[in-house]
Amino acid sequence: MKKTLKKITGFQLFLPIVALILVLLFNMIKTPDFFKITVLNGTLYGFMIDIINRASELAILAIGMTLVVASSAGTDISVGAVSAVTAAIICYSLGPDQQNYQMPYLVGILLGLLGGVLCGMWNGLLVAKMRIQPMVATLILFTAGRGISQLICAGQIIHVEKESYRILGSFIPKVPLPTPVFVAAALALVTWLVLKKTALGMYIQAIGINRRAGRLIGINSQLIIFMTYAYCGLCSGIAGAIMSSRIAACDANNIGLNIELDAILAVALGGNSLGGGKFSLLGSIIGAITIQALTTSLYAMHVTADQLPIYKAIVVVIIVTLQSAEFRKWISSLQGKRPVKAKVAS
Amino acid sequence: MAGGKDHLPFFSNEFENHFGNLNMSNELLTMRHISKSFPGVVALNNVDFTLRSGEIHALMGENGAGKSTLIKVLTGVEELEEGEIRVSWLDHPLINHSPQEAQLNGISTVYQEVNLCPNLSVAENIFIGREPKKRGMIDWKAMNDNSRKILRSLNLSQVDVTKSLEHYSIAIQQMVAIARAIDIESKILIFDEPTSSLEEQETEKLFQIMNQLKEKGVGIIFITHFLEQVYEVSDRITVLRNGELVGESLTKDLPRVQLVAKMLGKEFNDLAAIKKETKEKVNHTKGVPLIDARNLGHRGTIKPFSLQIYPGEVVGLAGLLGSGRSELARTIYGADKPDSGELFVNTKKVKINAPIDAMKERMGYLPEDRKEEGVISDLSVKENIFIALQARKGMLKPLSNKEQTQLAEKYIKLLNIKVANIDSPIKQLSGGNQQKVILARWLSTQPDFLILDEPTRGIDVGTKTEIQKLVLNLAEEGMAIMFISSEIDEMIRTVSRMIVLRDREKVGELSEEEMTQDHIMAAIAGGERDEEDA
Amino acid sequence: MDIQFARKTSSKGKGGIMINRIKEKIDEKTYLLIITILMFIVMYGAGMIIFADKGFAKPQMFLNLFVNNAGLIVTAVGMTMVMITGGIDISVGSVIGLTCMMLAYMMEFMNVPAFLAILIVLVFGILFGSVQGFLIAYLKEQPFIVTLAGMFFCRGLTAVISSDMINISNATFLKIAQAKIYFPFLSTVNKKGKVITPFIYPSVVIALIVLVVIYLVLKYTKFGRAIYAVGGNQQSALLMGLNVRSTKMKTYVLNGFLASLGGVLFALNTCAGFVEQGRGFEMEAIASAVIGGTLLTGGVGNVIGSLFGVLIKGTIESFITTQGTLSSWWTRIVISLLLAFFIVLQSIFASIKSKNR
Repeated sequence: MKKTLKKITGFQLFLPIVALILVLLFNMIKTPDFFKITVLNGTLYGFMIDIINRASELAILAIGMTLVVASSAGTDISVGAVSAVTAAIICYSLGPDQQNYQMPYLVGILLGLLGGVLCGMWNGLLVAKMRIQPMVATLILFTAGRGISQLICAGQIIHVEKESYRILGSFIPKVPLPTPVFVAAALALVTWLVLKKTALGMYIQAIGINRRAGRLIGINSQLIIFMTYAYCGLCSGIAGAIMSSRIAACDANNIGLNIELDAILAVALGGNSLGGGKFSLLGSIIGAITIQALTTSLYAMHVTADQLPIYKAIVVVIIVTLQSAEFRKWISSLQGKRPVKAKVAS
Repeated sequence: MAGGKDHLPFFSNEFENHFGNLNMSNELLTMRHISKSFPGVVALNNVDFTLRSGEIHALMGENGAGKSTLIKVLTGVEELEEGEIRVSWLDHPLINHSPQEAQLNGISTVYQEVNLCPNLSVAENIFIGREPKKRGMIDWKAMNDNSRKILRSLNLSQVDVTKSLEHYSIAIQQMVAIARAIDIESKILIFDEPTSSLEEQETEKLFQIMNQLKEKGVGIIFITHFLEQVYEVSDRITVLRNGELVGESLTKDLPRVQLVAKMLGKEFNDLAAIKKETKEKVNHTKGVPLIDARNLGHRGTIKPFSLQIYPGEVVGLAGLLGSGRSELARTIYGADKPDSGELFVNTKKVKINAPIDAMKERMGYLPEDRKEEGVISDLSVKENIFIALQARKGMLKPLSNKEQTQLAEKYIKLLNIKVANIDSPIKQLSGGNQQKVILARWLSTQPDFLILDEPTRGIDVGTKTEIQKLVLNLAEEGMAIMFISSEIDEMIRTVSRMIVLRDREKVGELSEEEMTQDHIMAAIAGGERDEEDA
Repeated sequence: MDIQFARKTSSKGKGGIMINRIKEKIDEKTYLLIITILMFIVMYGAGMIIFADKGFAKPQMFLNLFVNNAGLIVTAVGMTMVMITGGIDISVGSVIGLTCMMLAYMMEFMNVPAFLAILIVLVFGILFGSVQGFLIAYLKEQPFIVTLAGMFFCRGLTAVISSDMINISNATFLKIAQAKIYFPFLSTVNKKGKVITPFIYPSVVIALIVLVVIYLVLKYTKFGRAIYAVGGNQQSALLMGLNVRSTKMKTYVLNGFLASLGGVLFALNTCAGFVEQGRGFEMEAIASAVIGGTLLTGGVGNVIGSLFGVLIKGTIESFITTQGTLSSWWTRIVISLLLAFFIVLQSIFASIKSKNR
């Protein structure tokens, strides 16, 4: 019995699935028609649809963050700011005119994404090449990013009036599900394919688990870490594009505000160790959905958006504490187990 | 230059005042019947150790000898399990529960990695935790003045005590650590591999100070791998092996070869001419060498060496622990990037900046410390095996699932690895089996030149023989192999040529005929020196 | 005859010898401090010249640097301590916001007397610092994540108390807030013939007292030196007999107190509490400390330098307000550029140092 229990709890996706089930159950109790999905004018509506819709940009960020955490045991706290930069670039490029964009839609989007990638590469350079701690390195864009996007927007909130701009953030005509869901799903699929079909996924895990061993078998950890940060920048860019499309504007002060804690929380809730190594993209995605579901339930309890962070903070502390080695040592000493001295005589 | 005979022409009075009246030639420290075990391994078994005041006592032993554990038990890093420790200045048996407590009880350690704070000043490093105070606030002037006094007594008056420690070389930093130990009136000073990072003059200076301390009655335990240094400065030698006491002797009464023999657990018989089983003598050293290292070296770990290795050869590296065997291998492989010399592979000059370059030249390296540098704990057994081959092929050419499985299963069978499911994480396997997986990893890359650093350590006896046979087979098929092992017998059985190292330097080569146990030990010991000394 | 240890001798005679003597006395850390102070003098001096007609050269302008940034000085001092131990605390901005809100709510809706309210928030700061300190020092969790959670916790708690702005109207509090301390000897006469005497508020005095106290603690107490030791090499500090966990814990507790004190000074400045207050403040505190010479890797830091970091930030802000046309978020950009510059500079120095070993 104990063995099966250990096996189940050791299962990579145990934590995210349990967390999600708990939150969904809670929601079900509070809101009877939580799982009801209605069809209206060819579009699906319902709480669940709403949740996966709003969780999309978080899931996208979580994907990028997962790779960064796995390869470098660090967190990229600039993701919110970078998404603001991207949003600014896109809105500025496309322009406010109601009839025409200043340049082709795709070019505008690509410019924005390029901005995101460049930010990611900057982070990657600092962390991989100059060996600055990830938190410190990403601190720079965390502070400067919003300022840069303010600069691009010249301090105003830029609106994009052309109606089709909203498609990315809402619905493609005749398609029942919101577009962000498809974007998130597509990104997840592409990422998964790249990681699996090349050896990159294995490399990231290897250097996250044992960098020295990785070096001896010929893995270029600098390059891989650089790539994960660049990719995270790309993900921030995609998220920024979606968020901007939802409001058809770029509000440099508020876009993606505080989303970095959510992204880190999603990764941690996904069962991924913040110390790097083995990772699960699916876990992070489930974590993102769970957070969104949690947000929904808290709203249902009349918690305002401003008050929401308290609960997230508590959840983060609980998870990090459970992951902490000191805590586990304390628990096992409480259970009367002799602490294992993991030293070998020499 | 034998130990303990140098007097310094200048001697400061402050130094004398630091010590009371320690009774000379008295037993300062006695450790009796010390035993200590960890889960699955007995580190020390009924070991006795005696330190007399005013002596420099070298503590020596190969891997697994227990000397580290003995010191850890003495200084409180590990808990004393069995046995008794007594010091001359206390009436009751001594048990230290932490290094801090040991310091308070008069026992200090100077570590190889200087354990001081580089950002603090020299004076602070000497006094931190016990800063002199005036009216409730730290008295910097007194602290600086006192530090200068102490350093003067060690002939280091040129050191500016107000400058931060990181300004100074490791040698000076070590002196500061010693100064701290002196100031807290340590009666026993343990030097743990102090000369590993020092240049020659710095080592001489260190020995001068050790002798100064000795004259004052301080007892010094000197842990080192350097044979020459042991004979230069120590008065007594204690040898441990596999957790047991082999013996204690006055340095001047113990010829080097006997010391080497004791450490390796062998008997040295001058007159015996024990030859190894004559095998079919194949001269491998003909034609073009596969690996040709010319004056290849890495500062701080291995002095420049030249070496040729031919295809189909098994070359052994013999030497004591710390003599530079692994370091030599790592320098060829690029694990430590060489800073001198050149390397030729098949007469083509190559530049190895990192292991991947070596791998592209079809080299492989099984590291000595499989746990820290080999095992990737959360990856599966299968992944741990094929990952090296994958790295050589490149990221964009992934092995198919079928190829991965086939490869893994082939070598699991070959090495008789006990694994229930090749997709389960490697950390679930036993230690020995984990080692075999790493060996499988390198075998699966089918290199032209394979370095095996202690390949049979931690592996059951049956498989040890299998691996030795495997090595011979691979050589027969044309692979060049470098075989490093602490067990001389094993190497004699497997290798056709032996490179001898001592104190981080290649000191000789022995051909197949010359490879007897005694010849090897004599080469390691460097016996001629004994005759030179008066 | 002493052995010379790599002493470089200049060839320029007496002047050269003097320069050498100065070079030897000055540690590289003092170098950085001097650079920071010079930077401030240059910037402020430039301001005085460029904006002379807009009152930049007036003494009040200089005093305003302190008046407007009293809270930041206190917070930066606390942040310096935490960073010396090798940690960081990004919750301080939210603590300030929460403090202001608590003060406002207690005095306006619960009729708590001013001094009692202040005492309560200071106690809260200590408690909050203790919780964070425990998680970081004893459970060894990463300071960044713990204090990030702390930031969100306080931010949310502020909104729970009230989502609307609360103005403080407590008489005692307002009296303290508006009490001016004059400097008659710096009086000037303006164009209209009126005598203008520059002044500061009590908050400035409190900030400077805090600065001096913490300076003394860091330089002259065992606890202060232990902070440096722990930041320099935690393992060594442990082996040298220092209680690393306790030192770290106390640092975060003290920082919590200083953050709430900073909040009190902030409240004295704004006389209000609202949800967005103090947002981004932690970055200003970190930037001030880094610009002032504190290393993000720990072990090195100086509260005097942090003071000048604050003054530099204040000068840039004054530049931008006096200039009039640029938006206020330019301050943020310049500060973050400076921060980026210093971070990169620090890591370049660090890699040079390790190569020279």
